[in-house]
Amino acid sequence: MQDNISRSSYKQLEQKSKYTNLFLRWFLYFVLILFASYFIFPLYVMVVTSLKTMEEIRQGTLLTWPSTLNFESWAIAWGGRGYGAGDTFLRPYFWNSIKMVVPAVFFSTFIGAMTGYVLTKWRFKGDQWVFLFLLFGCFIPFQAILLPMARTLGVLGISNSILGLVVVHTVYGIPFTTLFFRNYYVSVPTELVKAARIDGAGFFKIFFKILLPISAPIIVVTVIWQFTQIWNDFLFGSTFSFGEAAPIQVALNNMVLSSTSVKEYNVDMASAIIAGIPTLIVYVLAGKYFIRGLTSGAVKG
Amino acid sequence: MLKFLEKNLPKVVLAPAVGLISWFVYGFVLWTCYISFTNSKILPKYELWGFGQYSKLWASRKWLIAVDNLFVFTALFLIICIVIGIILAIFLDQKIRAEGVLRTIYLYPMALSFIVTGTAWKWILNPSLGIQKMFIDWGFENFTFDWLVNREMAIYTIVIAGVWQSAGFVMALFLAGLRSVEDEIVKAAKIDGAGLFTVYWKILIPMMRPVFFTSFVILVHISIKSYDLIVALTQGGPGISTTMPALYMTQTAFHKSQVGLSAASAMMMFMAVAAVIIPYLYSELRRENAR
Repeated sequence: MQDNISRSSYKQLEQKSKYTNLFLRWFLYFVLILFASYFIFPLYVMVVTSLKTMEEIRQGTLLTWPSTLNFESWAIAWGGRGYGAGDTFLRPYFWNSIKMVVPAVFFSTFIGAMTGYVLTKWRFKGDQWVFLFLLFGCFIPFQAILLPMARTLGVLGISNSILGLVVVHTVYGIPFTTLFFRNYYVSVPTELVKAARIDGAGFFKIFFKILLPISAPIIVVTVIWQFTQIWNDFLFGSTFSFGEAAPIQVALNNMVLSSTSVKEYNVDMASAIIAGIPTLIVYVLAGKYFIRGLTSGAVKG
Repeated sequence: MLKFLEKNLPKVVLAPAVGLISWFVYGFVLWTCYISFTNSKILPKYELWGFGQYSKLWASRKWLIAVDNLFVFTALFLIICIVIGIILAIFLDQKIRAEGVLRTIYLYPMALSFIVTGTAWKWILNPSLGIQKMFIDWGFENFTFDWLVNREMAIYTIVIAGVWQSAGFVMALFLAGLRSVEDEIVKAAKIDGAGLFTVYWKILIPMMRPVFFTSFVILVHISIKSYDLIVALTQGGPGISTTMPALYMTQTAFHKSQVGLSAASAMMMFMAVAAVIIPYLYSELRRENAR
């Protein structure tokens, strides 16, 4: 009875506000689309500009659609003009970034998985403090480690090399990868592990037979997070490498800032798109996992 | 020996991570801290020199500008990101058609590097061919928008690009927060005669306190560390008008070779971040233990 009354009064309420609702909904969509255009605007401008000739850029506005789709700036950004010295283009640096990202993502993910496994399934006294100890590494401003890192890389003889950047990104990725795996494995019932232990399964067998097979989602989250972070890094890349060993973000910045006589905005925009496209593709294909990484990378738990 | 390994295998596996972080995070921060108390120039020196670098730092006009900029940037960045984030999250929460597409659009800047973002905005904001020209061509002949090359206004262009990059992230945090509230609470309030506005203003937004806290911590953290965006957009210019602490630190260390001074500035940044992060971690840990 009580339930019936409340349900009908709820309906009446909905009826009454039908017209205000209609207005509100239009307003809602208007605002949402307005913001969507603010967010889309730079990407649109980048793409359109990269397809214009400099002549067209000077004549039209930011929004003008190019008269013909001209991919020449893309070719120049990627492969250069072919006049040798002083001709900077992104292709070699793109490969530098790949050579840096793949091993760094692999090692940091692997170490994070093992660490997260120990911290949740082989608990010991004070393991929470160990976790906190590692977690703090997520937050330190990297400026506080730049100087000693530069010296260490020098002593090890791997400054200005891709190997050096792999080491740096692996080490400073560990706090994040540990966080991801630890929070994921916490929700896996410990009974599973206990039962396996009673059956005589060892440390590694339990990991590879029980935990690894159910880890696919968190591995995807971690790999995407690490890939995006390392691909987009500029601070380490610009501090610890220059010239030929530079990753793509550093090369992009150098290209855009290089003071040639005529600024070629179309080539700049094509370069920016090339540097941004790998992470953008990952985002579009696996947005769900990307967002999960973002929110749990930032919000613990 | 083998017995020991077998018995302590979990700790042995834990050792690389703990060892690496002890050395590369804590050890390095201590090293930087020590250097900040020496009179190191190009090469580190190890005789202590007291607080000399810190008094030099706080007497430097450039550093004061950097700190000033940091406050202006952080305040605006924080407020605008949170306001836009909340509005978008609440609006998206109204059973919107094409929610997935809109969400994807709001959040994609997070996938791009600050260098890419900065390059794009630098082109859009440049007075000769960018937005200013667009409006002039549309007939607003006296329209000027030269913030990028204007000493007084250049810092705000960094806010524009920074907000563009991060507002969608705040939206995602708040949307997740709103979705975790039980439907019953909203329904009960509606039956009591509360309008949609009241439901949000009086009930849901106050319930989002942890999300506010999280957003605050993350955004402050981003702004203290912001470096790439400034390098790509203004390089600290015009003049030194958009210098921020992170840029000051690297310039002092690697262009001016004043290692001690830059270590002091790095320690100031470290302390600022710690002041925000330690209470955050503490409260998070307490919440987890309470569960």
